[in-house]
Amino acid sequence: MSYTKRILYVDLTTGKTEVKPLNKKLLKEYIGGIGLGMKLWLDHSKAGVDPFSPENPLIFITGPLTGTMAPSAGNSYAVVSKSALTGGINEAKAHGFFGAELKRAGYDAVIFTGKSDKLVYAWIDDDSVQLIDAQHLTGMSPQETEETIREEVGDFYVRVSAIGEAGEKLVRIANIMNDEFRAIGRGGMGAVMGSKNLKAVAVRGTNDVNVANLEDFKEFVRTIHERMKGPATRKYRTLGTPENVLVLNAIAALPTRNFSQATFEGAEKVSGERLNERYIKKIVGCATCGMRCDHIALVPEGEYKGTVSRIEFECMWAVGPLCGVDRLDAIVEAIYQANRYGVDGISVGVVVAFAMDLYEHGIITKEDTDGLELNFGNAHALVETIKRIGSRKGWLGDTLAEGTMRAAEKIGKDAWKYANHIKGLELPGYDLRTLKTAALGFSVSFRGACHLRSGAYSPDVKGKVDRFKIEKGRGKIVVDGEDLYNVVDSLILCKFSRGVMYDGLEDMAKYYRLATGLEMDAEELMKAGERINNLARVINIREGKGTREDDTLPWKIMNVPVPDEGVAKGAVVSQKEFDIGLDDYYSVRGWTKDGIPTPEKLKELGLDDLVKIVKKKMDSKK
Amino acid sequence: MPTIHEKKFVSGDPSKCIGCCVCEYACSMKHENTYNPTKSRIRAVRLNPFVNLAVACRLCEDPPCVAACPRDALSQSEETGVIIVDEDKCNGCGWCVEACDYGAIQLHPERKVVFTCDLCDGEPQCVEWCPEEALDFTTKDIVSQKARITAVKKLFQEALKSGKE
Repeated sequence: MSYTKRILYVDLTTGKTEVKPLNKKLLKEYIGGIGLGMKLWLDHSKAGVDPFSPENPLIFITGPLTGTMAPSAGNSYAVVSKSALTGGINEAKAHGFFGAELKRAGYDAVIFTGKSDKLVYAWIDDDSVQLIDAQHLTGMSPQETEETIREEVGDFYVRVSAIGEAGEKLVRIANIMNDEFRAIGRGGMGAVMGSKNLKAVAVRGTNDVNVANLEDFKEFVRTIHERMKGPATRKYRTLGTPENVLVLNAIAALPTRNFSQATFEGAEKVSGERLNERYIKKIVGCATCGMRCDHIALVPEGEYKGTVSRIEFECMWAVGPLCGVDRLDAIVEAIYQANRYGVDGISVGVVVAFAMDLYEHGIITKEDTDGLELNFGNAHALVETIKRIGSRKGWLGDTLAEGTMRAAEKIGKDAWKYANHIKGLELPGYDLRTLKTAALGFSVSFRGACHLRSGAYSPDVKGKVDRFKIEKGRGKIVVDGEDLYNVVDSLILCKFSRGVMYDGLEDMAKYYRLATGLEMDAEELMKAGERINNLARVINIREGKGTREDDTLPWKIMNVPVPDEGVAKGAVVSQKEFDIGLDDYYSVRGWTKDGIPTPEKLKELGLDDLVKIVKKKMDSKK
Repeated sequence: MPTIHEKKFVSGDPSKCIGCCVCEYACSMKHENTYNPTKSRIRAVRLNPFVNLAVACRLCEDPPCVAACPRDALSQSEETGVIIVDEDKCNGCGWCVEACDYGAIQLHPERKVVFTCDLCDGEPQCVEWCPEEALDFTTKDIVSQKARITAVKKLFQEALKSGKE
């Protein structure tokens, strides 16, 4: 079977390591990836643990298909821990090559606890696990770290997942990167890793990964390969996600200048079309996946000539239109710098746009920025601010490194009104005033503002619903989306490939059965998806979050109508419709009006051991 | 023995290869009934995102690996030109590994003998599975033909376009 049924425990304080077995029941109920990761986090943590405490477990975890030939799922891993930004549970996934190597080393999961007294990296060479002094890697980018470790270990095929300077300096939007361009991006997992003095995880795995039914698995993979050449992946193989720039701009859903507008007059100049024509030099792929989606840009001329970076929509939106920047060369450079310092490309763009908004409104001044003219559209200021954030340089860098929510608290005055985050996590590139199913979906997401927890923007963008209002029925759309995506992220299928699952959960169940040999059907998978969402919600409740007052929207979304002429003019989310949406969502979930899962619901999902947490919360609400 | 002109081998096209390693998984699946790139007879190399190529045995004339073997464990097939390893004779000394300029003969991670591409009895699975059609089962003559055609096409892009109109 394709699980190893082994967990590696690494105590960074003592240097002790241990391998323990994983039981089958957990594997079936939580699948792997984010589901199993969050379950393991709950079981290995104490309530109220600080994200930067040595007692906050940092979990690297693979999925049931990792290490197999399954396209897009064969190469993945997830990282789960308490978020440095939200203070709730966080998970993030990345593809590339690292995940498969970790599985082949013989582990479904690695749980790091404690804190090393100096910077180290973990060198996992199959059964041999060592903590290696990494002080010489201090300040290195994740990419340099990868190169250096590969040379030190002397094996070209060693895979590395590492933090940059930002993670070391506890920048709360720090990410973890593997295989040059792939990121455990959201929620500040890099800062948690930095707090443990863990610079990198390097892996060499030489073991077989076997599937339960090789012949049928092979045939199914062949089918998926064929489907990957078809319409379901067209977008990702051609223009890539940057196609969204003009699509969202056309429907007034492209947040511009920190959500001051919903269309960008410079959209054509930073479109996916222009990017592909002038900048994309090659489109490559991850291990086992023939879809190829990695659009690698090379700046052909000008001051940033020669800069190379992978470009996707969210990051290019965040450092582009959201900052009022209409220069593709500066966008590629900004993303390159974000990757070098190791910060989340979405969050960093949103926090810079926030600072630009404050600067334009006089809430921060040239004195605060050490002379930097932080106006919207200033490409140099954008690139410089990213570098300062990544290294916590100066007042500006150090303040913004705390993420939008904390920076606003620190700055005071009306700064919070310009802070576009939910639960502390910065918004991705969809204007929630003109995509209101997305507004509901993003607000209830357990990791904060996230387009990938439910895909709730999709029915809005595709015109399946009236995107300018929230009404009864949206709750179910969000719930179904969440449960499905929980399954996708627990199998750790790449979401770009979700369309090739023509039969949806039926296909996913088949994949699971053929790989693991365990019984599974679509219904059981969907149940697992629901279980995982309830689990995450209860974890957040245990951590003092995760009730109705935490399911919020940014001030601008609810108070500043879209000013752009056209169909969207005047759009804003009202408290009344938002409440209708929340009520509907909680009711579909089987939760109380306060957004707390009921003991009955938890028992139905086999989460009996979590009942005491919700009961305590319900009592406090009485 | 087929002549050097007739011998078919697995050829990789760096302009198409994306470094996805599907070939490695297909190879280990075919030969070892498992997924394990370290047991693959073809290995993908990504130097940077722009430079990717999968490398397998080139079926050399007078193969240096065969010449290097002190135990006569290696021979070249009269029929196809593939390198045959006599696993009873091979002791994993690795002279052949050193002799190969392409890293196409490797030490098996478990069996303590060397292994290399056997062309899957004429139906190389890596070629079959490569999602980018970056691998070809072909002869050196055809490779050069194709390269010539591509070069000429590139040189006369404009002329070709106007010719069609």
